[in-house]
Amino acid sequence: MTFAIMGQHTLNHLDWLEAEAIHILREVAGQCAHPVLLFSGGKDSIVLLRLAEKAFRPGRFPFPLMHIDTGHNFPEVIEFRDHRVAELGERLIVRSVEDSIARGTVVLRSAEESRNKHQSVTLLEAIEEFGFDACIGGARRDEEKARAKERIFSFRDAFGQWDPKNQRAELWNLYNARVHPGEHMRVFPISNWTELDVWQYIARENLEVPTIYFAHLRPVIRRRGLLLPITPLTPLQEDEKAENLSVRFRTVGDITCTAAVESHADSVDKIIAETAAASITERGATRLDDQATEAAMEQRKKEGYF
Amino acid sequence: MGAAELFDQGAPALDNGLLRFMTCGSVDDGKSTLIGRLLYDSKAILADTLHAIAKTSRKRGLSAVDLSLLTDGLVAEREQGITIDVAYRYFSTGTRKYIIADAPGHEQYTRNMVTAASTADLAIILVDARKGVLPQTRRHSAIARLLGIPQLVVAVNKMDLVGYDEDVFARLRADYLDCAHRLGIDDVSFVPISALEGDMIVERGERLGWYRGPTLLEILEAAPGAGTVACDERFRFPVQYVCRPQQSDGSFRGYMGRIESGSVAVGDRVEILPAGLVTHIKDIRLYGRSLPSAVAGQSVTLLVEDEIDVSRGDMIVKPDERPLSSALLKADLCWLSGSPLDPMRRYLIRHTTREVPARLAGIDYRLDITTLRHVDTSHIGMNDIVRVGFRLGRPIFVDRYADNRATGAFIVIDPSTNDTVGAGMIV
Repeated sequence: MTFAIMGQHTLNHLDWLEAEAIHILREVAGQCAHPVLLFSGGKDSIVLLRLAEKAFRPGRFPFPLMHIDTGHNFPEVIEFRDHRVAELGERLIVRSVEDSIARGTVVLRSAEESRNKHQSVTLLEAIEEFGFDACIGGARRDEEKARAKERIFSFRDAFGQWDPKNQRAELWNLYNARVHPGEHMRVFPISNWTELDVWQYIARENLEVPTIYFAHLRPVIRRRGLLLPITPLTPLQEDEKAENLSVRFRTVGDITCTAAVESHADSVDKIIAETAAASITERGATRLDDQATEAAMEQRKKEGYF
Repeated sequence: MGAAELFDQGAPALDNGLLRFMTCGSVDDGKSTLIGRLLYDSKAILADTLHAIAKTSRKRGLSAVDLSLLTDGLVAEREQGITIDVAYRYFSTGTRKYIIADAPGHEQYTRNMVTAASTADLAIILVDARKGVLPQTRRHSAIARLLGIPQLVVAVNKMDLVGYDEDVFARLRADYLDCAHRLGIDDVSFVPISALEGDMIVERGERLGWYRGPTLLEILEAAPGAGTVACDERFRFPVQYVCRPQQSDGSFRGYMGRIESGSVAVGDRVEILPAGLVTHIKDIRLYGRSLPSAVAGQSVTLLVEDEIDVSRGDMIVKPDERPLSSALLKADLCWLSGSPLDPMRRYLIRHTTREVPARLAGIDYRLDITTLRHVDTSHIGMNDIVRVGFRLGRPIFVDRYADNRATGAFIVIDPSTNDTVGAGMIV
């Protein structure tokens, strides 16, 4: 066996990941009639938008953007979301968990309950409303052990369910996005990226991100070993003491279940250095909802979660 | 130098791209331990993950941390203590990023091994030093060979249990070479290791002093990575999507896709298939940039001199290196579905960006994956590997899989369920 090594330019790892993601996005455009790209304003979906620009410019995106709004947002992130969409000149659909609550399709056990898992209901309602046959999202396999098992093109049945024991085989880069009416695909172009890859790409492409990703002083409370921001939704409880700490967020999500990490990283380069040296995983450090049981993510995904 | 130290030096001076590899081996060959060791030594297992698997190990009454818990992510897998489906794991040494396809070793999951092998640049075949070359070793080597994985590494594991004996390694090496020869594998590296003790994985250790070759990680670091291995220098550009933005002058018309093999430069003479029209490359775009040339692996947009009608499913090639046009495919097929292939039914074949209706035209033989003999058969069931013919509704442009993994591969789709039921390699 002989190998010809390309002399002039070898693709570095970000080039390769980028080329793969562009290929995946174009397959969605080529195979699906009504795709949508989920944009939350978080770092992974910010990377997805740049990849979509690389895949389709100078044309328009062959899909709208959609945000499933829990109503429990960091205001900086919503501001960023609207500003970025305007800059791109693409269409944004917003569907909110609040509306699902009003409709009675989401029933909360208590008013303060995290709305993260309830997003699934609102998402499935929106998929049905618009007849989407593919939802492109920024999930990564390095985030969680159930995600490590998921295909890049992940089939969902008419109830939005993922069946991990019966996944569609995925070989070479021959993706099969065929679905019957009512069913849809979840497509994850950055499956093969890690948290570090995402930050390295943000640095390379000089992408803007919401300010809460950078270290800033903020009053927080320590709860179950995590640092929770004090907000109207997550108020200080009687026996707790607020601390004013330099923190940043590794992930943005529902405010009630997203924790901060202590950090002085106030630039993308410093975040990269910190991520490379981190001793706790992204979700382990920041998410309350994954820690309920060992299979919390798998269970939610089976029910239609992103 | 260990991977962790390499990584701690901050921004790498050299980004040696990306390598995708898979590990193959029987159930107790130490596959999970090896993956655990690679991830641990390269700092890819973080404290909270270790804490979680230590807790589960204790709950199960185990005395040591069970590293297989790292790789088995599904509830059913943890219940049964086996791996059901392929999982993908990541680590980085600071000079190179790695994607591990962790495929199950059980015989009934041949299709999952085929899945993992389809994207691998390299396969590590684990052999237990005490057990030697087993039927499972031959089976996995045969699949690796069939799927055309460019590089094979035989890791002789559990050297600690045979007293790090050089003769054991030499004997297994000879045994394996004999098996490899019969499979037509002519290029393979060997490394003695102990995944449990960490010898010759990332660190050399002191107990294998007689071995002068590279450690497993050194082999991985030196192997040609994704996008740099090109068995085929011929230019292949399947068109994925046509970009025609509504601009004031309406002049932009770009063909979007990924270069599957070869390279292309501005000014090159190209042919558009199936129309057979010849034109020249006017521009190669990647977002805001115009590139003078582009190579295999890159996703780009091509603009050509002449106004030609091109659509998804077409292929752009160079006129003196055209692929074969054929409405009859001869292929090795791995059947992935629980429902057998029905010779009466019509299936869909997806090849590059094109889908065509297809029907079975004949079965030459089934490959007995244990004896590697060709067996007569009239039935094709799950996990079978068969040599078949397919008759297509329209001709497609193909290369032999042995020459080109991208234009030589196809999947079979059942149009009633939309499921992917077969993986084919054109011969």
